[in-house]
Amino acid sequence: MNQFINKNLYGDYGDKEQAAGSSGTHNTAGEWPLWEVFIRSKAGLDHKHAGSLHAADAQMAIENARDVYTRRMEGISIWVVESKYIHASDPFEAASMYEPANDKVYRHPTFYDLPDELKHM
Amino acid sequence: MTNQPVNQSTNRLLYTLQIADNALILGHRISEWCGHGPILEQDIALTNTALDHLGQARSLYQHAADMFNALPADEQKTLFSSTALQNKITKGENIDEDDLAYLRDGWDFRNALLAEQPNKDWAYTVVRSFLYDTFNFYFYAALQNSKDVVLAAVAEKSLKEVTYHLRWSSEWMIRLGDGTDESKARVQEALDSYWAYTGELFETTVVDKTALADGIGVDIAAIKTQWQQRVNTVLEEATLTLPTNTWMHSGGKECRHSEHLGYILAEMQFMQRAYPDMEW
Repeated sequence: MNQFINKNLYGDYGDKEQAAGSSGTHNTAGEWPLWEVFIRSKAGLDHKHAGSLHAADAQMAIENARDVYTRRMEGISIWVVESKYIHASDPFEAASMYEPANDKVYRHPTFYDLPDELKHM
Repeated sequence: MTNQPVNQSTNRLLYTLQIADNALILGHRISEWCGHGPILEQDIALTNTALDHLGQARSLYQHAADMFNALPADEQKTLFSSTALQNKITKGENIDEDDLAYLRDGWDFRNALLAEQPNKDWAYTVVRSFLYDTFNFYFYAALQNSKDVVLAAVAEKSLKEVTYHLRWSSEWMIRLGDGTDESKARVQEALDSYWAYTGELFETTVVDKTALADGIGVDIAAIKTQWQQRVNTVLEEATLTLPTNTWMHSGGKECRHSEHLGYILAEMQFMQRAYPDMEW
């Protein structure tokens, strides 16, 4: 059945020649590749996924990210990666992937008495 | 406004207006791309740049308005010929940044002709920005040393913005020049065409000379070499040919403009002229 259904998952775009959407007739030759943008909001914090954009190369992707995602002081550091290099888990396997963790509360560190001095647990 | 020498405080006002008008008019031109950019990301990039220019213009017009309000009444009456401005002055009102932007007539604008040239296509827009950004970068770098503390502060703040503008336009010159046959031909054509507006950037008017002697202005003859070197470097990397034509347009800095400025002002000033003091 899979061969009749084109399933577009997040991360497929931007590398349409190879990705799931490639069998369509849509001409992508003139389009710039898609990039994922990660922004660090301040020193010490992690880069967080901010969104995606189109750009011709990495340099332009960083500059576009600066203009699109940091106009309101949202960040001090930018990472970009071409979307085609993101490998995503298959949403259709979500049941087997994630649900087994549902009933395993003992994996949470909630059975300890925390000292009052610890604020951020 | 004739181009005869004026006293120091008036000259300082005119010098500030020259910088402010460049920022406002080029900013307006670039803002015309808003909603029409080739892709969303570049549309936003250009709109950001337009807003940078507009922000610089606001600070400078405010400074100019303060200087204007401090002038003796008889001098205020002769400086700008626009009836709308004269009405305010006659009533004894102070003018502000908006009045200088919206109520001055075309023949009192002092921007360089390059700033008012039309966008035409992406190549022309990139070339105009590149030629101006390169100038603007060295200009603001030098203006940081102005004895006028407001000008120096505006220069310091603006230089960060202009550094990014220059990076953006230089990279597009290289991308288009060293791109496809068509992009190269089009950017070369735009360069050959707008090259004739670069001479004026380095023309030293009476206002420039007086401002330099006064210690508030920039020695633009001195930054020409830096401009030339930077332009050469980028053009070389972009595999473009440096234009050889030496005939140059001039006049904008002395208030003689191309027909384009009238259309810009008609669009920009219409609301304030038709409905004076309206706010929205």
